[in-house]
This record gives sequence, C-alpha cells and structure tokens, in this order.
Amino acid sequence: MAFVELRHVTKRFGQVTAVDDLCLSIEKGECFSFLGPSGCGKTTTLRMVAGFEDLEEGEIEVGGKLISSSLKKYYLAPEKREFGMVFQAFAVWPHMTVFENVAFPLRIKGVARHEIESRTKHSLENTNLTKQAQLYPNELSGGEKQRIALARALAINPGLLLLDEPLSNLDPHLREEMRFEIKDLQRKYDFSIIYVTHDQAEAMALSDRIMVMRDGKTQQIDTPLNVYANPANKFVFGFIGLSNFIPVVPRDGKAVLESAPDAGQVSDSFPPEFAGAGRATVACRPAEVDLLPEGKGGLRGVIDRMAYLGETVDYIVTVGDVEIRIQKGRREPRFEAGMACSLAFPKPTWYE
Amino acid sequence: MNRTGKFGIAELLFVLSLLILIVIVALPVLLIFWTSFVVDGHFNLSAVVEVLTKPDTFEALKMSLLLAACVTVTCTAVGTLFAWLVTRTDMPFKETMKVLFTIPFMLPAFIGALAWKMLLSPRAGYINQFWMALFGTRTPLFNIYSFWGIVIIETMYLFPFVFIQVSGALERMDPTLEESARIAGAGLFTITRKITIPLILPAVVSGALLVCLYSLAHFGTPAILGTEVGIYTIPTKIYELIHQSAGSFTAIRAATVMSVILVLSAAVILYTQNRVVKSGRFQIIAGKSVRPTVLKLRGLRTPLFILCIVYLLVTVVMPTVTIFLVGLLKTYGLPLQLGNMTFENFYYVLFKWKLTKDAIFNSLYLSLGAALVTMVAGGIISYVLVKMKVRGKWFLEFLGMLPFSLPGTVIALGVILTWSGRFGINIYNTGWIIFVAYIARYMAFSLKSNSAALEQVHDSLVEASRASGATPWQSLRDVVIPLIRPGMIAAFFLIFLPALRELTTSVLLYGPTTRTIGVAIYTLNEDGETVYACALAGVALLLIVGGEILIKRFFEKKKRLDNGGA
Repeated sequence: MAFVELRHVTKRFGQVTAVDDLCLSIEKGECFSFLGPSGCGKTTTLRMVAGFEDLEEGEIEVGGKLISSSLKKYYLAPEKREFGMVFQAFAVWPHMTVFENVAFPLRIKGVARHEIESRTKHSLENTNLTKQAQLYPNELSGGEKQRIALARALAINPGLLLLDEPLSNLDPHLREEMRFEIKDLQRKYDFSIIYVTHDQAEAMALSDRIMVMRDGKTQQIDTPLNVYANPANKFVFGFIGLSNFIPVVPRDGKAVLESAPDAGQVSDSFPPEFAGAGRATVACRPAEVDLLPEGKGGLRGVIDRMAYLGETVDYIVTVGDVEIRIQKGRREPRFEAGMACSLAFPKPTWYE
Repeated sequence: MNRTGKFGIAELLFVLSLLILIVIVALPVLLIFWTSFVVDGHFNLSAVVEVLTKPDTFEALKMSLLLAACVTVTCTAVGTLFAWLVTRTDMPFKETMKVLFTIPFMLPAFIGALAWKMLLSPRAGYINQFWMALFGTRTPLFNIYSFWGIVIIETMYLFPFVFIQVSGALERMDPTLEESARIAGAGLFTITRKITIPLILPAVVSGALLVCLYSLAHFGTPAILGTEVGIYTIPTKIYELIHQSAGSFTAIRAATVMSVILVLSAAVILYTQNRVVKSGRFQIIAGKSVRPTVLKLRGLRTPLFILCIVYLLVTVVMPTVTIFLVGLLKTYGLPLQLGNMTFENFYYVLFKWKLTKDAIFNSLYLSLGAALVTMVAGGIISYVLVKMKVRGKWFLEFLGMLPFSLPGTVIALGVILTWSGRFGINIYNTGWIIFVAYIARYMAFSLKSNSAALEQVHDSLVEASRASGATPWQSLRDVVIPLIRPGMIAAFFLIFLPALRELTTSVLLYGPTTRTIGVAIYTLNEDGETVYACALAGVALLLIVGGEILIKRFFEKKKRLDNGGA
C-alpha cells in the first residue's frame, strides 16, 4: 500500500470544479510533483492533503490512516496531521526570531526544553542558519527566509513534506541552489515530498514522478523522462518544453502542410488512425527538427529570423503561413535570415 | 542641473511653502508657547505652575486624561471585536456589515451626543421616561450626563478608528502565516494568541492612539453632556475661559497653558503611533490572495449577528431617527405623536431664520473655500517635500509635521492670538478668522493625501518628460498634476466634509454673524431651542450623507475606469 493515497478526490468552488475525480498514490520517500499552469487545481489538491480544504467527493489516506473523507464527513484538523509545509510567500513569522520560528512546532508539541534546544540547533545547522539564529526574518534575504521555512517544516521530522511553489519568489540562481538543498535534506531525513510548481524544469530536476494537471484533471503521471519523451497528449507536450505544432493533411499517403501542400512533405506516411479525420498535428521539439540546405530535406521553407543564444542558435522558419521554431548547436552549419532551406522531421509525434 | 544663484521654480515653491506653513501654522503655535512661558519679556514658569495647580484647571486636565484613557480602552475592545467578526468568522453578510460599521464615522459625535441627551437625560429623556413609566419608578435607567455617559457616546462614534485599522490589517495579513502555524501543530487558540494577535498589534495600537488623540481634543460630546453637571475637559474648559473672560489676559494665559499640554500630549501620541506603524518587522502583506481560514461560529453565529445589528440600530439608527423626529415636533416636550409633528421647523431653519440660514451659508462657503485653498497649498508643500532637493528642507519637513499634532482648540486659540491685531491685521469676529483656522486645521489631511499621491509618481516619469524636451513647469503641468489629480480631489473632500460639520474650532471663533452649522446647533441646544437644533442637525446629516454618497460614487467610477484601462 502506498504512503499517500488520494481516491476519487473532487473539489468544487461554486460552479467551478477545481479538482475532478483525482486518483493518486505516492510511495514512501518519493518526491512527487504536481505540475500545471495556474488555476489547474494543483494548489487546491495540496491544500486538501494539508487539511485546509474539505472534499466534495473522495478520500485521502496517509501512512495507512484516513485523514480526509467526504463520505464519513471526517477531516483530521491540519494541526493534527503532522506534516511539514512550505508556502510560496515563505510565511515566516516576523515577530519571532529565526530560532523561535523553527522551535515553534516543537514547543507546540510539548517537547522538553533541552530537546527543543538541541533539535532546533540541529535543524538550523542543516539549513545553514546557525549564524542567523537570533535575527528577525525581515533582516534576512529571500533565500534565507525560505530556508527558515524549510527548517521549520522539518523540525518535527514529518513523514510528508508539502511544498507550495516554494521557490517562485526567489531569483533564478538561488532557485537552483535551493533545489539541491531540498534534495539533500530529503536524503538525510527520508520523507516523502509533494511539490507544487508551474515550472517544468523545477519539476523535472526534483521529482521521481510528475503529475501534469489541467483544469482539475490529471493529464499524465509518469517519470520526468517519460513525461518529456512520451507525452500523453498535446497539452502535456506543449507544457513540458519548447514545441512546434504543425497542422498537416494527407496527400498521396504522405503528410503535407495544410496551408502549403506544394512545399513538400512533413512525413512520408500518414498514420492510419487519423486518416478518417483527414487532418492531424505533428508535434516536435525545436531541437529535433533537421535544418538542411535547400533541396536536401522534405519540406521547403525560408529562414525568417535567426538569433544567437550563446550555446544554441535559434531560428524561425516560415513555410506557408506556419512558423516553425528550430534550435541548433553553435557548431552546426549556420543559416542566415532570408535564406531558403529544407526541413526534415525524423521524430514526429502525432496528435489529432 | 547646476543653476546656482538663479532663483528658479524650485526656490520659488520652497519659499512659498515655507511662508504658508509659517503664517498659517507655526506662528499661532509659537504665540501659544510664547504667551504661556513669557511674562513681560522674561521666561517665567511660575504662571504655568499657577494655572496647572488651580483646582478647576487641574480637574479638567485629570478628567481629559481619564476620559481619553477609558474611551481608548472601550473603542479598542469594540473595534477589534467587530473587525475580527467581519473578517475572520463565517458571520452572514460580512461585506455589508463591514461598510455599515464605518457609518458611525459619518455621524458627527456632537450630533450623536445631542440625540442621546434627548433619549437618556435623567428627567426628559424618552428612554428614561418610558422606563420610569413602565416600572413606576422615579429613578432613571441611565443618566447620560455623567462620566460614563460621555465615555459611551464617544465610544459609539470613535470606534471606527480602531475598526478600520484592524479589519484592514486582518484582511491584508498573509493567511499562510496562520496556516503554517496550524501545520506546525498549533490549534486555533494558540494561533490567535501567538501569531494573529502579535501580528495585528501594531494596527490595534495605532487605531487606539488615534482614538486617544481624537478624544483628548474633542469638544462636542463633553460640552453637551458634561458641562451641565460640572464635568470639564481641557477643550471645554478653554471654551469656558475664553467665553466668560471677555478677552481678559489671565484667562487667555490659562487657556494657552492648557493648549500647550494638549499639543505636547498630541505630539507624544503621534510620535508613538509613528514608531509603531513604522516598526518594519511587521510587514505581513499577503503575497497572493488566498482566502483566510474562517472560524465557524456555529451556535454563536446568529446571536453574534444579532448583536452586530442591534449595535448598529442603537448607535446609528436610533439617534438619527430621534434627531429627525424631535426636529419635526411643534414644541420640545410634546409626546412623539403624528399630531404633534410639522415640517414647519425644517422650513423655518432652512428659509426663514436668519441665524440658521447664515450658519448653513457660512459653513458651505467656509468649507468650500478652505478645502480649495488647502488642497492647492498642501499640493505645493507636498511637492517640495516629496520631490525636491533643496537646502533647508528639514526645516520644512519639521513644519509639515506640525499640523498633524494640533488639536482644533489649540488652532483656534493660536489664530485668535495671531489675527486679533497683533500684526496689524484684525479679523476677529469675521468669517476670515474661521477660514484661516480651517486651513491650519485641515492642512494635515491635504499633506497626507497629496504626498501619498506624489510618492506614487516615480521620478523617472518626470525625467522622461524632461528628456522629451519639457521644461520643469511643463512636466509639472502635463505629467505630475494629471497623475496626482485623484489624490488632490481626495484631499478636497477629506477637508470639505469634516469642515462642513466642524465644531471644536469654530465654537471658539464665531462672532454674531459668523456661526457655522456646528456652532448653530450647539448654541441652539444651549439656549433650549431643542427642536430647531434638531431640525438643523437633520439638515446637516442630510448634507453629510449626500456628500459621502457623492464621493463614493466619484471614487467608484474612478476605480472602474482605472481597472478598465489596465
């Protein structure tokens, strides 16, 4: 039996269904991300696990213990669930010192004084906050505040750590550093993580598995690798990385552009399952398109724009009224804006 | 930008600001201190000691402090309770209640006191009469002419100071601060004690100090409810001294000494308030808007809701209705029956009686004039304070702080000392002296509103305009002023409406033909013309409510336009 179990969880706010019939299990020690655009229901789901929101339908179990159930009208109060949680806006208490912030959960729990002292010190060491222990949070930087929040969440040694977009208030380089820090702490304490984010790179870097959500519905639950390589649908494909969606129609068993059928083929076959509809979409990553000299590939186009991004070169190629984005390494043959070129699509993914 | 030696726009505005503040504000205050401490050209403390140790002034002083302390405590309790109810519980109609609880602000406290005098004066008060008839007793239910009577009435109309501050703080507070405590294992009671209360404490304290300041300087309620039974506060004692002395110097000296005490107390209160508000470690504004966890009141939901409704009925509806009903009576003392009622009083005060007609007219033109002048002057001074780098600005900043700590009574006394011929200008007993006093009294509002607006205008906007080839004047006209216009208009209304019902200052300055609405209501009541006082008070209430609705409309429309544009 999995450590965290969500069964047919549904949440409505008035007319809006924020979370729709969600089923999910998370293993002990696993780092699991909820990924999706804002308003997709990821934070609501997390808040239901935390106990801040009731459920319209379904139930939630953690560690073999039922904590939320709409049927039994049973909701364990958030303060009794013994999870750790970190919020996007840090939520460190400005009227307490760093030490007092971190010691608070232990004090509430009624831990003996000397043990509070030693455990808090230990937490502060683990998060590199020993020097700042007697300062007030507003004297500290965003990264330090977030470390206080982490130390506080981990003070009682929770089995489950809930993270609600914890890094989105930090600047980019700090974000990367904190990712490693969270990972390190998990290795040390071996808790499960539920991590809510809208940043796909963050989810990829941290998670064992990712759930991609949209409009309250699960789109895909899989490892980062599989979510990237085998997206379940067009939405996941587009959300998880840079992408081109090219509308195609069949002609003589080949796939050609709908707006420019004479420009050549996108693929030399048209999947039979879309033949009935008479149209399909080819999805591909900018790096997975071959950019060739004129006449070499299947599809003829013109370089519309070219930009050096350092390690990569970014092209926009127009074919008919379709713009295709392509990224190539800086060592590969270069094309200038205005040049004619050919494109080939060795790894097309087909969607309706 | 090096134009040393040249007398440009910056210097012009600076000197202008300095002149305004010195003549309108600094000079009167200086004269008050001068009169208190200097005798025959020498510094002399003995006069001060003499005034303070005289039994009646000492009593007034003690009473003022005691009254302010009690009112502060009750307002804090009432205001915080209601603020918490409408922001953090599942009480029904919370949004509506939030608006309703700010209505007592619109009612001038002295009109409230007038209404309650008619309801709870020991003999003639309607409620007391009803009570005595009901139980066949001769002891009234409650005597409003008492210390606690004054405390209760002031609480009724001053608690919104606390309510607005605290409900604002509770709303802006990041709910995750409380949620993280819950996740950490704390129950609701612990969270309230350890997290919520410490975090909103600055708001509570700052609201409480505003109440304290207002109560100390407030004339109307103690004058209407206290004077009758010998309860004097500093403002009412000063009024008595000035009115009975017919200009004797000893009386004025005593009044100035008490004013000095008022100014110093106000300064201490404001300094404390500033410190509390500025204490930077209490920045608790939410990052993103999440609905805070709401406490389910369960069985207490209906009783608490009824309590709120009853409170509003008693403090707002009942006094207002009383004012209008008594205003309709043919003679005061007649039972409240339809047969005894007539619109004659309203017609009389509005169109026939010169005294009340004058009062309405005086109030209207004085408030309009003062609001216009103060809006513009405050705009100029704020511009210098916020946007300009000129030498000697610290002095202007100091002067700019002064109006905030000047109670109405002190301003009145100050302008009497300044404008009764000492500097060759004597406007005593004319409308002008009230006009000058209003400008001094409301300069603080204008400075606050204008500087807030100016601080929103980033320097780069003006720099961009200069870079596009505009002169400083053109930048001011085409960029700065259009951007701060809403702030200036807000300043106008913030001055116009309170000035319309002003009593504390005007009552020391009015002459035979220069009564204002507030003064007229007060003196009519003193002279026993109760029905006319009520009729005029009714007219004043309609003017005030009408004005408030107009402003609301204006700002709502403005807000909609802003949102539409963005």
